[in-house]
Amino acid sequence: MAPVTLGKAINMGLRKAMEDDPKVLLMGEDIGRLGGVFRVTDGLQKDFGEDRVIDTPLAESGILGTAVGLAMRGYRPVCEIQFDGFIFPAYNQIVTQVAKIHARSRGRMPMRIVVRVPFGGGIGAVEHHSESPEAYFSHTPGLKVVACSNPVDAYWMIQQAIRQDDPVLFFEPKRRYWEKADLDTTVEPEPLFESRLVRPGHDCTVLAYGPMVKTALQAAAAVEGEGRSLEVVDLRTLSPLDLGPVFESVRRTGRCVVVHEAPTNLGLGSEIAARITEECFYSLEAPVLRVGGYDTPYPPSKMEEDYLPDLDRILDAVDRSFTF
Amino acid sequence: MTQATADERRTDGDRDTVLYEQMLFIRRFLEKVDVLYRQGQMHGPAHLGLGQEAIAVGAASVLRPDDYSIGTYRGHAHALARGAPPEAVLAELLGREGGICGGKGGSMHITSVEHGYYGSYAIVGAHLPIAVGLAWASRIKKTGQVTICFFGDGAVNIGAFHEAVNLAALWALPIVFVCENNQYMEYSPISSMIPVERPAASRASAYGLEPLVVDGNDVSAVAELVGAAVDKARDGGGPALIEADTYRLKGHSAADAGAYRPAEEVEQARTQEPLLRQRAALVSAGTDEQDLIRLETRIAIAVSGLADRVLAAPKPDPATVWTDVWADGGSRWRN
Repeated sequence: MAPVTLGKAINMGLRKAMEDDPKVLLMGEDIGRLGGVFRVTDGLQKDFGEDRVIDTPLAESGILGTAVGLAMRGYRPVCEIQFDGFIFPAYNQIVTQVAKIHARSRGRMPMRIVVRVPFGGGIGAVEHHSESPEAYFSHTPGLKVVACSNPVDAYWMIQQAIRQDDPVLFFEPKRRYWEKADLDTTVEPEPLFESRLVRPGHDCTVLAYGPMVKTALQAAAAVEGEGRSLEVVDLRTLSPLDLGPVFESVRRTGRCVVVHEAPTNLGLGSEIAARITEECFYSLEAPVLRVGGYDTPYPPSKMEEDYLPDLDRILDAVDRSFTF
Repeated sequence: MTQATADERRTDGDRDTVLYEQMLFIRRFLEKVDVLYRQGQMHGPAHLGLGQEAIAVGAASVLRPDDYSIGTYRGHAHALARGAPPEAVLAELLGREGGICGGKGGSMHITSVEHGYYGSYAIVGAHLPIAVGLAWASRIKKTGQVTICFFGDGAVNIGAFHEAVNLAALWALPIVFVCENNQYMEYSPISSMIPVERPAASRASAYGLEPLVVDGNDVSAVAELVGAAVDKARDGGGPALIEADTYRLKGHSAADAGAYRPAEEVEQARTQEPLLRQRAALVSAGTDEQDLIRLETRIAIAVSGLADRVLAAPKPDPATVWTDVWADGGSRWRN
């Protein structure tokens, strides 16, 4: 069991999915010969051929539209969006067609499509290359949205997403592509649409997903010696949300901080805070607080460290939750 | 409709009458929808293809049952021409039980997977790349199935048109794009919205395709040109882009009187519409006019009876809005 990077884990998961089901196809810009700009699809075209790993023109609307037609004919296309911000030319197809065709056709036209989206900042890129657009899609009925945070989840979650009979937006934390973990491909994975408690604690619940899970865990480790115990939950699934374990946690801790890189205004944190307030009102010692990107366009790369939530901002929010 | 080779199409003596009958049924059907709309029996938009029947019927006549077609929100004729049950189509339009999409598609999204009609699309241009995907699957499966993608003249100004035609040409897919040029992009003359002479044909050379234009009100001419393109695509010859000239006899939707169009233009178009022309062609070829009158009477009675049956049906159960949103259940699980 050798350690693998998150990027390699997705590559292995894609390979396994393609071996398991001949209907699985990959499509995207420079994913074949090049193996993708992050090399996530490295070697797959060589092994599965050009009809199953399709290099497409720069045409996101065309890529997603073609995937819709393929899905109607029984295939399971997996589309790579090169960078988060490039999903917007495909937004029309995803929201007006992919999300709605199953309902419109009463299930006669299946939409088994996975859209892989490297998301978030932290690699010194700029706007369109560092964004977190997950809330747009979580808002849309008919889509499912998940985000992996580590190599083991990445390997399993991509395969589980591909096996779904619904369209899945699969968000990959691009700044974590190179982080390693031991991957045992023989253990049974947990269900895709479940959140996971990744660190127990009793003073405050910290919710995160994707790249912020590691940051939240660092924050928890940093205050451990100061006698403050943070419980960290990796949400993993953004639509549907799996908040049962979160409610249980908040009822114990009485405090909650939600963290994401996306701007806080109408971000997932807002929805989560509302639901926790509805479910755990009499257990809360403080309002649910949100830590996120600011309500500005993604900043130039030299300023991204000022924009992205970090350990200090998470701990500031935790401290504030003790002032009520 | 069955598969017809080019030779069979030329020698089928009854073909011209069948095409007339199909166009006439669609015409009477759409006219009935127009009346029901005005009577308040139908809600929401109704984009009627009155005057454009020859394109739907002529193109469908050259397809195999296992071929694919896909169209626009003005797509009732295309569904009916592929054999979709008229009663279920009308129930969908009127929001009655038994609708072909269970009431969830409505007028703009008529779909009949069983008849190879893979949907009508109300976001202009969105379905052109979808058609490319249908055709790409034929290429992988090597089944010889062809996809016809119908779209309006207004769609050529949308990026998806160019992405789709480029992809189809690049990958030499078995697909025939048919532009129904009814001269109006919603409420504006298409000529005022394009910098070239023809919305589709003028763009063909950009994708290495031949500019093909047909009189879209001549059902035989449509069948011949589309048939040749379908045969070529089926044989691995790649895509075609056809522009079929026609005229929308009514407004953009049933709520639009179309008053922005010059009266003389509409008058002239009425003399060139496909049913008049096909009827005249049949009579001049020796068809007994009494036979045509009997046929016309039969169709009028059929459409009237079908409307009565649909109007007698109840509304769909409101609980169905929760179903089919996701493949693994309704939408309540999220809420």
